[in-house]
Amino acid sequence: MIEVNGISKSFLVAKRPSGLWHAVKSVFHREYTTVEAIKDISFTIPAGEIVGYIGPNGAGKSTTIKIMSGILVPDHGTCSIMGYTPWEDRTLYVKNIGVVFGQRTQLWWDVPVMDSYELLRDIYKIPEHSYKATLELLIETLDLSEIIHTPVRQLSLGQRMRCEIGASLLHSPDILFLDEPTIGLDAVSKIAVRQFIQRINKERGITIILTTHDMNDIEALAERILLIGKGTLLYDGNIQGLRGKFGTRRTITAEYQDYDQPLHLPEVSILSTTANRAILSVDTELTNVSDVISQLANQVQLMDVTIQAQPIEDIIVQMYKEYQL
Amino acid sequence: MRSSWAILRLRFQLGLQYRAAALAGLATQLFFGFIFIMVFEAFYAFGPKDPGMTLEQVITYSWLKQAFLSLMMLWIRDNELFQLITSGNIAYELCRPCRTYDFWYAKLLGQRLASAALRCLPILIIVLFLPAPYGLTPPADAASLLLFFIALMVGTFMVVAISMLIYISVFVTMNPSGSILLFAVFSEFLAGFIIPVPLMPEWMQRIVYMLPFHYTVDFPLRIFTGHIPKMEAIQGIGMQLIWLSVLVLLGAWLMKRILRKVVVQGG
Repeated sequence: MIEVNGISKSFLVAKRPSGLWHAVKSVFHREYTTVEAIKDISFTIPAGEIVGYIGPNGAGKSTTIKIMSGILVPDHGTCSIMGYTPWEDRTLYVKNIGVVFGQRTQLWWDVPVMDSYELLRDIYKIPEHSYKATLELLIETLDLSEIIHTPVRQLSLGQRMRCEIGASLLHSPDILFLDEPTIGLDAVSKIAVRQFIQRINKERGITIILTTHDMNDIEALAERILLIGKGTLLYDGNIQGLRGKFGTRRTITAEYQDYDQPLHLPEVSILSTTANRAILSVDTELTNVSDVISQLANQVQLMDVTIQAQPIEDIIVQMYKEYQL
Repeated sequence: MRSSWAILRLRFQLGLQYRAAALAGLATQLFFGFIFIMVFEAFYAFGPKDPGMTLEQVITYSWLKQAFLSLMMLWIRDNELFQLITSGNIAYELCRPCRTYDFWYAKLLGQRLASAALRCLPILIIVLFLPAPYGLTPPADAASLLLFFIALMVGTFMVVAISMLIYISVFVTMNPSGSILLFAVFSEFLAGFIIPVPLMPEWMQRIVYMLPFHYTVDFPLRIFTGHIPKMEAIQGIGMQLIWLSVLVLLGAWLMKRILRKVVVQGG
């Protein structure tokens, strides 16, 4: 379905130190640095998959999405999506994809959402009967009936995002690119968006590529993740694999009767302690959890112990550190 | 075509919302119309004997110019398009299955038509009933009126095609004020907006006639006043069409080239 082969893209960035002197100097002579946004990225994605595309800010996620949606032209490399090269066959190709850029809006600001939808219907030349059917489905699943006749400027961010996603699906695309679809949304809206994404993937077999900084999105949705950092692909696999590789830490929260001596626990990093409560982080490759608990039991009068696997969020932080991103 | 039509319609619809702006514009345009006419009156009273156009013609010319201002002026700008470019929202426009040039052309045209629709009729009705010599003199016959409308329409298409070049230049400069100022100052004069072309010195007329701008203002308005005879008008409309296709082809080509190199701003 999607084959990306060795794509690279660099940007010229005008660079000058702050201050008046340098500002004057830059009038005559400007220095540019080349920033390689992505370097030699390759992957393939089969039809019907949900792929989470993650990485820190500035890693090149959006650049990759833009290349795959035909907006940017890469410096090197090839990309074949449903048989098209996105930037060569742009107008033909884009009929098959839907794109949501979470930080931007495709709806007309001053008119009701419905007007923007009807415009998209005409732009994509969607036949009336299939437009009606899709619209009904979207109104029902995204819960749009109350907001679809409201001008966009009067919608909340969560409402707007639901409308944006709806707008990207009106023409029944086979592939959906979601660039931070849950950015700035509250918990309820996030869950609604996630459920919807899952549903269209299951029911209509839409291939979904999603970038996000919210690891809960990834855990809820993506069977597969691609991790990108400093423009190169660092990890390609499922979340279980990621946990196995990096998630060796456990967090132990212990509550005990008042104890004012320092705790002696070798190979354990103590995240916080109070007189009757300690939070510890244990690397299971160095020592095991039961040893730590028994050491702890020897020193204090334990009341309660909880053990937590490492949240995916922490794993990602650890990975970023490991790769020095 | 269907998509361009749809976008034109929506932009037109949107433009009709701005009634207060239209009302204010109406007052401004009537005011400036009077100023222009008074200046010309003084000029005709104390100037050379045969300036090339009668005062009546110049007054009619001035009123039409005020009435159809939104179809003719290059400084009318769509800030939304500039924001699309400088903020990076253009990303969405680029993933639509049609040429961005057509898309924007339709948007700009729709905006101008809406603005003109709100303003031209009230102004025309008011100035028709002004006492002589300040009123509008109707055209000599129906044929001149028809030719005027055709020339005005093609002229509007040309204005939009020229303004597209301004928008394209913003991809490079990232700042609309410079491009607009440059285009607006020169084109306004060269189009005959400040003074009709026949009132210019001969050497300047020669330059003006070589450029496309006079086809957007001077040419249609002088058809209305009867200063340009019908045969000449038909030839002129032919020239307009040639210029129009040159401008559109150039704009579409430049846009295509620049979009390949586009940097979508802001992440």
